Amino acid sequence: MSNEWPLWEIFIRGQNGLSHRHVGSLHAPDAEMAVKNARDVYSRRNEGVSIWVVKSADITASVPGEKGPMFEPSQSKIYRHPTFYEIPDDVGHM
Amino acid sequence: MYAQMVKSTGTLMSREDMSPQEAAFQDRVDAGDKIEPQDWMPEGYRKTLIRQIGQHAHSEIVGQLPEGNWITRAPTLERKQILIAKVQDEAGHGLYLYCAAETLGVSRDELTEDLLAGRMKYSSIFNYPTLTWADIGAVGWLVDGAAIMNQVPLQRTSYGPYARAMVRICKEESFHQRQGYSIMMKMVNGTPEQREMAQDALNRFWYPSLMMFGPSDKDSVHSAQSMAWKIKMNSNDELRQKFVDQTVPQAEYLGLTVPDPELRWNEEKGGYDFSEPDWDEFYQVLRGNGPCNAERIGARQKAWDDGAWVREGLMAHAEKHARRVAAE
Ligand SMILES: [Fe+2]
Ligand SMILES: [Fe+2]
Repeated sequence: MSNEWPLWEIFIRGQNGLSHRHVGSLHAPDAEMAVKNARDVYSRRNEGVSIWVVKSADITASVPGEKGPMFEPSQSKIYRHPTFYEIPDDVGHM
Repeated sequence: MYAQMVKSTGTLMSREDMSPQEAAFQDRVDAGDKIEPQDWMPEGYRKTLIRQIGQHAHSEIVGQLPEGNWITRAPTLERKQILIAKVQDEAGHGLYLYCAAETLGVSRDELTEDLLAGRMKYSSIFNYPTLTWADIGAVGWLVDGAAIMNQVPLQRTSYGPYARAMVRICKEESFHQRQGYSIMMKMVNGTPEQREMAQDALNRFWYPSLMMFGPSDKDSVHSAQSMAWKIKMNSNDELRQKFVDQTVPQAEYLGLTVPDPELRWNEEKGGYDFSEPDWDEFYQVLRGNGPCNAERIGARQKAWDDGAWVREGLMAHAEKHARRVAAE
């Protein structure tokens, strides 16, 4: 049905100091109603202090088929990790 | 269960019959990898999941009806608040699950229309009436108890959005079962009439609760493929046995009698022996001939029809508002 309410992705900040985290999605006619519905659907037990809503259609995702070229290059760059470097114990904690 | 007798597409596929793509998919599932919406998946996996998650979602929503029946008649204000919160949770469960189903390429409206047209089902348990306040206790204790038995392992299911919905749901279910059991405790410690109501509720809900797990393993033809895909985690009989073993001591604590003369502890298997429910009754209920089938679908149809102007009106308002903002 073409006139179905659009889908929104819901992000909730669990407590101040934490990032907003994706918790799920829901349907609503507009952003204001999406926030109200998100409160009822995703924060019935003190799960949050702040809600973001984003229309699902507005999200651009990376292509699963390109997972290889997208993410594999970083696998070989082990020198980006601190464990790559051997520092003698005598130097102390670094 | 909340999803009973979900038809899996085709019988279990052997390794030799799989295409390289199907074999790679099965390898991922076997390795415990989660499948996400954008990943390639066999058509049968997708279709079976839509049926299963959709049926599960419908059960959560229809399941609000027998309990909602008692909101206005709850014996105290506190019990009324608790029941409202519980029924509201079930609405939430339905919504989490519809969203999970939608990631597989089906719309919310299509799912609702399939339910109303009888093309999709909901759990047989919700076709039984809630006649007394004790039934609200029995539903929380037994029906939510049986649901938990099935939903806990489904947190590990192979389909990511389904597994995540289950994690949220399981967090909320324990309250449902405990509030039901607490109603039963109150009733058995009340007047002789209240005690009698508690026993009567157990008598009527015992076998329908056992039916929730679906037919015996020897009669469930669709299980093997679903288990290989990890969208069914345990066999029906396995879960039913676990449920009985867990529930009998709880009934004993209440001083109630499980309505099964054959029920006895079997030391050898470390579990109870018990009578099978009447499977003819089960198939009759699935076919639409249970005590409340027509009433339940009637209520869903009425809500859908009565809500049409709200759905359309809010959408029209949102579109008009968006146009106005764009024009400014
Ligand atoms: Fe539920
Ligand atoms: Fe529940």
